[in-house]
Amino acid sequence: MIRTDWRNRGHSAYWAFLIHRISGLLLAFFLPLHFLALGQALSGESALDAFLAWTERPLLKLSEIVLVFLLAAHLTGGLRLLSIEFVGWHRESQKALLAVAGGVAAFCALLYALNLA
Amino acid sequence: MPRPEQLLHTRVWRGGTDGQFQSYDVPRQESQTVLDVVTWIQRRVDPSLAYRFACRVGMCGSCAMTVNGLPRWTCRTHVARVAPDDRLEIAPLANLPIVRDLVVDMREFFDKWREAKGQFVPTATRHDPIARVCPDSPARRAADAAIQCIGCAVCYASCDVVAWNPKYLGPAALNRAWTLVRDERDGERRQRLSAVVGDAGCHACHTHTLCTERCPMHLSPTTSIAGLKRAAAIAALRGEL
Ligand code: SF4
Ligand code: SF4
Ligand code: FES
Repeated sequence: MIRTDWRNRGHSAYWAFLIHRISGLLLAFFLPLHFLALGQALSGESALDAFLAWTERPLLKLSEIVLVFLLAAHLTGGLRLLSIEFVGWHRESQKALLAVAGGVAAFCALLYALNLA
Repeated sequence: MPRPEQLLHTRVWRGGTDGQFQSYDVPRQESQTVLDVVTWIQRRVDPSLAYRFACRVGMCGSCAMTVNGLPRWTCRTHVARVAPDDRLEIAPLANLPIVRDLVVDMREFFDKWREAKGQFVPTATRHDPIARVCPDSPARRAADAAIQCIGCAVCYASCDVVAWNPKYLGPAALNRAWTLVRDERDGERRQRLSAVVGDAGCHACHTHTLCTERCPMHLSPTTSIAGLKRAAAIAALRGEL
C-alpha cells in the first residue's frame, strides 16, 4: 500500500482542517498555562504582578496576537463545521465560507493588536 | 499537436509495496491518454506489466491509478492535461494493498460498501405495482445527485482519513449509503444510519473535500457525508438511533 501523495493535498479545505487541528492542540496546551498564571494570584499580589510584568515583552505580546487569531480561527472553523453538519455542504459556497471564517479570525486578531497599540 | 519525435519521460511503479519506479520513454501522440501510455509500455516494452482496465470510456471504474501524485481515471485522463512538461509518474492507487505493479486489491473498498449497508432493501414485492417516485422531490434529487458512482476508488485513494483510520468506511461507501437513505422505497433506513455513524463512519470525515475534488464523475461525497451527519443528528434527537 502506498500513502496518499503530498501533491494530492493542496486544497483550501485541507488548510482549514490543518489550522483547526493545530489551533485546537495549541489551545489545549495554552489553557492549563493560562490557569496556572491566574493561579499566581493565590500566592499573593507580587507573584502575579511579577508574572504580568514578564508578559509585557514584545515577543509575548506578538504571541498573544497569534493566540487571539488561533482562538478566533478555532471558533469560526467550529461554526463552519456545525454549519456543514446541520445545514449541509455545498461545493459552490465552500470557498466563500472559508474566506469568511478566515477573514473574521484575522479581523479579531487585528482588533486585538490595535487595542494593544 | 505533439512533434513525432517527442518523448514522454514516464516512471512506472513496478513490483509490490516494496517495489520501485522504473523509467520508460514513450512516444508522444495526439489525444494520448495515460492508459494509452501504460498500454504502449505493456505491448511494446514489457508484457509483464500488470494493470487493469475494461471499458476505456469512463464507465467501468477499473483503470484508476495515481498519476503525478493524484488519483485519476486513466482512460479519460489526457496526457496533455496532466503532463505539460512531458513527465509522467504512474503508480498504483494509494490506501489499498498493492497486488503487483499498477494493480491494487479492491476487496476492502467493496467490503466497506457492504458494511455501510450499500444494498437496497425493498419494501415491496414483484407483485406490487411499480413505485411512483416523484423525480422532483428533494429526497430523490439528493439521491440522484450522488448515484452515478462508477466504483473507481479515486475518492478512497485521495482521502487521508482512510490512511489514518483503516476502519473508516470511506467516501464511496458513505456516498452509496446516502443514496439509499434518501430513497423512499428502501426499508432499512434506520439500520443503515446506525451502520454509518460513529468513528468509522460519517463522523470520521474531516471535510477535507479531496474526494469531491478528485471524483471523475463530479460527484460530491462530501455533500453526501454531510447529509448523513445531519440525518444521524435528527434521528438521534428523535430517539431513533
Ligand atoms: S471530505 Fe471526508 S471522505 Fe472526503 S476526502 Fe475529506 S475526509 Fe475523506
Ligand atoms: S464517488 Fe467518484 S471517485 Fe468515488 S468511487 Fe464513485 S465515481 Fe469513483
Ligand atoms: S477503463 Fe473503464 S473507466 Fe477507465
